[in-house]
Amino acid sequence: MPAMPLLDIKNLSVEFTTRAGTFRAVDGIDLTVDEGEVVGIVGESGSGKSVTSLAVMGLLGSNGTVLADRMQFGGKDLLAMSPSQRRKITGKDVAMVFQEPMTSLNPCFTVGFQIMETLKVHEGLSGKALRNRAIELLEQVGIPAPESRLSAFPHQLSGGMNQRVMIAIAIACNPRLLVADEPTTALDVTIQKQILDLLVRLQKERGMALILITHDMGVVAETAQRVVVMYAGQVAETRPVDALFKAPRHPYTGALLDALPERALGKRRLPTIPGVVPGIGDRPQGCLFNPRCRFATDRCRIERPALFDVDAGKARCFYPLADAPVGAGEVL
Amino acid sequence: MLRFILTRVSLVIPTFLGVTFLTFLLIRLVPGDPIEVRVGERGIPPERLLELRHELGLDRPLWQQFLDYIAGVLQGDLGVSLVTRNSVLSEFLTLFPATLELAALAMLFATVVGLPAGIVAAVRRGSVFDHGVMGVSLTGYSMPIFWWGLLLILFFSVGLGWTPVSGRLDLLYYVEPVTGFMLVDTLMAGEYGAFWSALHHLVLPMIVLGTVPLAVVARMTRSAMLEVLGEDYIRTAKAKGLAGKRVIGLHALRNALIPVVTVIGLQVGTLLGGAILTETIFSWPGVGKWLIESINRRDYPALQGGVLLIATTVMAVNLLVDVLYGVLNPRIRHSR
Repeated sequence: MPAMPLLDIKNLSVEFTTRAGTFRAVDGIDLTVDEGEVVGIVGESGSGKSVTSLAVMGLLGSNGTVLADRMQFGGKDLLAMSPSQRRKITGKDVAMVFQEPMTSLNPCFTVGFQIMETLKVHEGLSGKALRNRAIELLEQVGIPAPESRLSAFPHQLSGGMNQRVMIAIAIACNPRLLVADEPTTALDVTIQKQILDLLVRLQKERGMALILITHDMGVVAETAQRVVVMYAGQVAETRPVDALFKAPRHPYTGALLDALPERALGKRRLPTIPGVVPGIGDRPQGCLFNPRCRFATDRCRIERPALFDVDAGKARCFYPLADAPVGAGEVL
Repeated sequence: MLRFILTRVSLVIPTFLGVTFLTFLLIRLVPGDPIEVRVGERGIPPERLLELRHELGLDRPLWQQFLDYIAGVLQGDLGVSLVTRNSVLSEFLTLFPATLELAALAMLFATVVGLPAGIVAAVRRGSVFDHGVMGVSLTGYSMPIFWWGLLLILFFSVGLGWTPVSGRLDLLYYVEPVTGFMLVDTLMAGEYGAFWSALHHLVLPMIVLGTVPLAVVARMTRSAMLEVLGEDYIRTAKAKGLAGKRVIGLHALRNALIPVVTVIGLQVGTLLGGAILTETIFSWPGVGKWLIESINRRDYPALQGGVLLIATTVMAVNLLVDVLYGVLNPRIRHSR
């Protein structure tokens, strides 16, 4: 019997109550993350990846309702915990790095204060030990002259430096799981690579599990071991990274891969997926992807597919793609 | 920082000129000059009136009088009261502590009540408490001060007899003025009975004067908190596993305070203006009441000097608030 996963989520849904009615942003997803594993969650804007991560962290506002059959972390039931019990885990065993480093740090407090705050609350450090630990953390995330940076305010640092500070805060208490929600999206391309390398290095050194949320397939290919492709709040495909990149099974995954510039060499136009992710009011009947799918049949337009077993994983499609690379040489 | 303060101080000069000119002109537009008002219905022989006018310099052209006045002000001479013959500055300084004591307590009242009310209203947005606070503060803001004062006097002083109707201190007590602040002076003299009496006298005027600032502070705190609570760094604070009290009371409030402090500073003008009405209603022996009396007596120098000094106070406080703003907001501090 395999060891129990670190994070085990079964049938998670998140509903938001708006004036227009109830909107299901995440619709019955399963997600498991093993100790030390790197899982990539990919999808377009509005696919529910950020909401999923906020639900895991317990950070959804009062208008977001979390429903799940099971939500366990390290064998403990997250759903049964009181808010104060949950806070003991949040920021300590499960930590998060956000998309916008420039606005994610409090502008009124120094970098040092914001790092030390976490250490004080969760580890009870104080005085010299606290300060030394903060300096050590800044060093580990590659911030030069860490001692002098303790008294800097976020507006005095660049976006990349701020993201390093955010990462330092997140890893301060040696979390077992780090959730990184598009950690490089707001940064310059050169800095993106540095931040990704930093995350991967820290993950390896510390053996922590990492959920990397992104809309960049290239990032996933480089870092993740397993990929979860999300579409309109559901899991479209979930498989090991090698298998998925070699032979995607869901047409959506295939189309995403085709849209990678490095895979479209020699073509006159970069392939794209027509249309947008369905929003609140316009979820189609049948398969949620059918209006944008080149392979959709009448069955796809009426019946909603379940997650079927495919090689080494699952795909939500009646007609999973065959091994041949999709779309190669075809004209859309 | 020094340059910033110097720039601000230089901006004060046109304001000074404007205030002086307007007061000078407006009080002279009111019918009746100081002498006519003093003699009243008794009448005065025309020759004697001309003589007195000449003596006070009131027979010269207005522009000459104005230039003379400005020349005096520039040398620090605000003139003497036409009624008491005392220096305007010394009269003002004698009465100002009473106004300051009242205004400071009113501001304290507004902040101590308004800040927490605004915070709780923002955190429980849409709740009964939120609607209650916003409703009450709108009422408070819209209510005429003099009417509100009379209502409170009627209810608490006349009806229930809990507080005195007017004045600063019961006639039973006499306390040598040292600082001019009654609460401080009574304590320094060791007269605890007098201290209680002074406190009793202060409560109603403090509430009346503090009502408008209270409403403003509560509303501003609420809206600033609502804005801040939606910021990314609040989510970060929650993601660190901090308790709700710390997220709201430290991470959110620290940022929300920046606009609130500005508003509190701007309320000082409202407060000193409101003091004129409040002091008149409660017979509070401060500069507000003194100004009203000066208008009635057409005591030109007293009125002009008083308004100028109050304007100076307001400008000084606003300058202080700007400096404080920089202290509270690191982004401003470093760009100066």
